[in-house]
Amino acid sequence: MGERVLMKGNEAIGEAAIQAGCRFFFGYPITPQNELPEYMSRRMPQVEGTFVQAESEVAAINMVYGAAGAGARAMTSSSSPGISLKQEGISYLAGAELPAVIVNIVRGGPGLGSIQPSQGDYFQAVKGGGHGDYRLLVFAPANLQEAVDLVTEAFDLADLYRNPVLILGDGLLGQMMEPVEFRKLQSRELPPKTWATTGMRHHPGKNIVNSLVLDAPGLEKHNLHLQAKYARMQREEQRAEMLHCEDAEVVIVAYGSTARIAKTAVASLRQAGVKVGLFRPITLWPFPTMALGQLVPQVKALLTVEMSAGQMVEDVRLVVNGAKPVHFYGRMGGMVPTPEEISAECLKVIGGAR
Amino acid sequence: MAKVFARPESLVDMQSHYCPGCTHGIIHRLIAEVMDELKFTDRAIGVAPVGCAVLGYMYFACDMQEAAHGRAPAVATGIKRVVPDGVVFTYQGDGDLASIGCAEIVHAAARGENITTIFVNNGIYGMTGGQMAPTTLPGDKTSTSPYGRDTRKQGFPIKVAEMLSTLDGPAYIARVSVHSVPNIVRARRAIKKAFEYQIAGKGFTLVEVLSTCPTNWGLTPLEALDKVTKDMLPYYPLGEYKDVEAGAKK
Repeated sequence: MGERVLMKGNEAIGEAAIQAGCRFFFGYPITPQNELPEYMSRRMPQVEGTFVQAESEVAAINMVYGAAGAGARAMTSSSSPGISLKQEGISYLAGAELPAVIVNIVRGGPGLGSIQPSQGDYFQAVKGGGHGDYRLLVFAPANLQEAVDLVTEAFDLADLYRNPVLILGDGLLGQMMEPVEFRKLQSRELPPKTWATTGMRHHPGKNIVNSLVLDAPGLEKHNLHLQAKYARMQREEQRAEMLHCEDAEVVIVAYGSTARIAKTAVASLRQAGVKVGLFRPITLWPFPTMALGQLVPQVKALLTVEMSAGQMVEDVRLVVNGAKPVHFYGRMGGMVPTPEEISAECLKVIGGAR
Repeated sequence: MAKVFARPESLVDMQSHYCPGCTHGIIHRLIAEVMDELKFTDRAIGVAPVGCAVLGYMYFACDMQEAAHGRAPAVATGIKRVVPDGVVFTYQGDGDLASIGCAEIVHAAARGENITTIFVNNGIYGMTGGQMAPTTLPGDKTSTSPYGRDTRKQGFPIKVAEMLSTLDGPAYIARVSVHSVPNIVRARRAIKKAFEYQIAGKGFTLVEVLSTCPTNWGLTPLEALDKVTKDMLPYYPLGEYKDVEAGAKK
């Protein structure tokens, strides 16, 4: 602890999980996240942990379900097509209220798509993905230190809320190398897992891990309980970073790797005297509506930039609610926007905004 | 007066939802008897399937998880890795195990995952209303093979015990039946052996139990038992297909 080490994104995420006490990892190969299960296969035996290469992403997420249901900190990772396969299991985890951490190192889609970075899985991550009314806590780190910090947070918050947490990265984040420090930012009082199926010798009475509620009033009651939990998450877990927003006339809204590129654009525009700021959601769900909402009265326009055809922009528009113009610039298919492109788009918006 | 017959303690005292004449009840009872006899109820963690036994998590008096359709062996893998000294079992039907969950059962077996699977084969999807299963016998009529299973168009039944016994991972694979008292006794013996092997850490164990579905077969309970003898046994021969202690025999 306290030492900075140079690591690749996928491996740093793996080490952060181990530092957070995760001892059960269930994976399946898919590019560009392969270094994560590979790292876990090396590291888990060193910490008396378990790595299983599952027969499919479907099996991997259900192994996570079993392990989480038995009270362990469990993790799986994949990339877009594999995350689609995990959606069934993610819905079951949410329904059965099991804590788990899932990493999506997003690649281009739809279909088999490409192995280049993308942010085309935003809808899937924050609007559902699987069946039924459920929500995941979704973290979108923009650099490796943040990824490492958020993995630690993810395990704590998963346990706190008894809910799966998704780390939404992308191919850039997974593949880049940066110095990171493994640290615990916040100590939390976490509830004991009295519900875990560890065998009745470990607890009084019989524990059942289940998402089946056949009677309609019972299932509605369960859903109301889940919704109350999600409302609490919306009140307490919104996170965002703001850069030069105080006097900004135009605010760029971007997350993850794209936000990092947008930062460069903001810096060069500021040097040229343009009043532009960056609003970067760190939690994609809950979307940081409160902080963004406060900016709306002061800005003339917003520009959402994504590596997608425009997904997060819908949530931005929900917050802005027609009060100001919300523009969008996106690249797709593994194409990464450059700072120059973002600057140019921003200047166009300002031209219109003036 | 001496009590000679009672409900096993590992079976919860409640009414089940199974149809009259269905043999799930007998199979539940055999598992519970073995749990009582080997005294592992407080170490047991069961995994219920999706299918007729979906409410199985209510009936066994031990910790239980309810899995997604076909995924019980993956769920059990996760549990067993976390609780290695627990006794972990899955209870799965033929649609769950031999169709949608084919990959999960094959790979749990191939890994030699130290769990026990009780595989209930009645050759039909019971809970959803009697559709064709991968185990439906050639010629049998179901709600999705209304003219009888035509092997030219609908293929052949999967013989799970035979298929899995070709793998190196399993320690014990047997097929039993519960259509008569002597067979119930043999079924109990096989289930007991499977759990004993798991407790001894020998590896993956599976007992396939031929079962009846009078409701969806459109037969009386007695006729259904006759169908097991007449139609199922010739296609699904009983026996121990793999036993690491005895060597393969049939």
